[in-house]
Amino acid sequence: MPNSLTYSFAVEAGDFNKGGDAAGKIKKILKLAGLPSTVIRRAAIIAYEAEMNIVIHSVGGALRLNLNPERVELIAKDSGPGITDVSLAMQEGYSTASDEIRALGFGAGMGLPNIRHNADHFAIESQVGVGTTLEVYIDVNVS
Amino acid sequence: MQLSEMERLLELSPIVKPVDQGNEVTGGYVSDLLSDVMGNACAGSVWITIQAHQNTVAVAVLAELAAIILSNGVMPDTHTIQKAEDKGIPIYSSPKSTFTLAGELFQAGVPSTKKQT
Repeated sequence: MPNSLTYSFAVEAGDFNKGGDAAGKIKKILKLAGLPSTVIRRAAIIAYEAEMNIVIHSVGGALRLNLNPERVELIAKDSGPGITDVSLAMQEGYSTASDEIRALGFGAGMGLPNIRHNADHFAIESQVGVGTTLEVYIDVNVS
Repeated sequence: MQLSEMERLLELSPIVKPVDQGNEVTGGYVSDLLSDVMGNACAGSVWITIQAHQNTVAVAVLAELAAIILSNGVMPDTHTIQKAEDKGIPIYSSPKSTFTLAGELFQAGVPSTKKQT
C-alpha cells in the first residue's frame, strides 16, 4: 500500500516491568504523525491491552503498527499457547489470569472488550498450541 | 486545581515531585484495575490507587494522567520511582484511604471524570 509505514515491537512474556513500553512507542509515533487525539487515545488503549495480553497470557510475541492515511492498524501476534474458547475470552469479566497477576490489577477480563470497544474493525484468531493473532484498525477519518 | 494545592489540601507526601507544581488536575479517577483506568480515565485526571508497581506508571503515561496518589500508606519500590521520574509522572503517598482521599478531592471541587467513547 502506498504511503504506508510499518513498525514492529517484540513483546516478552511475563515482563511486567516493560509492559506498556511498546504501546508508549506506538503512541509517540502516532503523535508525531499528527493524528487526532481521539484516534491516538483509542490506539493507545488497544496497543496497551494487546501488549499486556501477550505479556500475561502468551509465551511471547510482537505488536505491529501499520500506519497509512486511512487507517491505524494494530496486529498482535503471539506464539502460543492459544485461546481455548475465544467467545468466552471476549466476555467482559472473564479471565484466565492467576491470582498473583490479578493482585497487580491485571486480569480483570477487560482487555479484549476494551480493544473491541475502541476498534472500528476487530478480528481475532486463535489455535491452541499455535498462537493467537489479533488484527484491529481504527478509521482515521471517521473518528 | 493545581498539583501544589492538591498536595497541601490532602496532606500528601510527594514521592516523585512534579516537573511543574502548577500543572492542573482536571478530574479524578479511582480504580485498582489497570484496564479500567486505561479505558475510562480522562487525560489530566489524578488517579487514586493501591497499585504501586511499574505498570501503574505505564498506564498513567499512556492515559496522560496528571498524577498518581497511592492510598493506605502504600509506597512504590525504587524501580517504580525511577520510571515515574523518567516519564515525568508525579507520585504522592498518603496514609488515608482511597475513599477519604477521593471524598476530599470531590469536596474541593475536583470532578469525577469518565471518558466517553
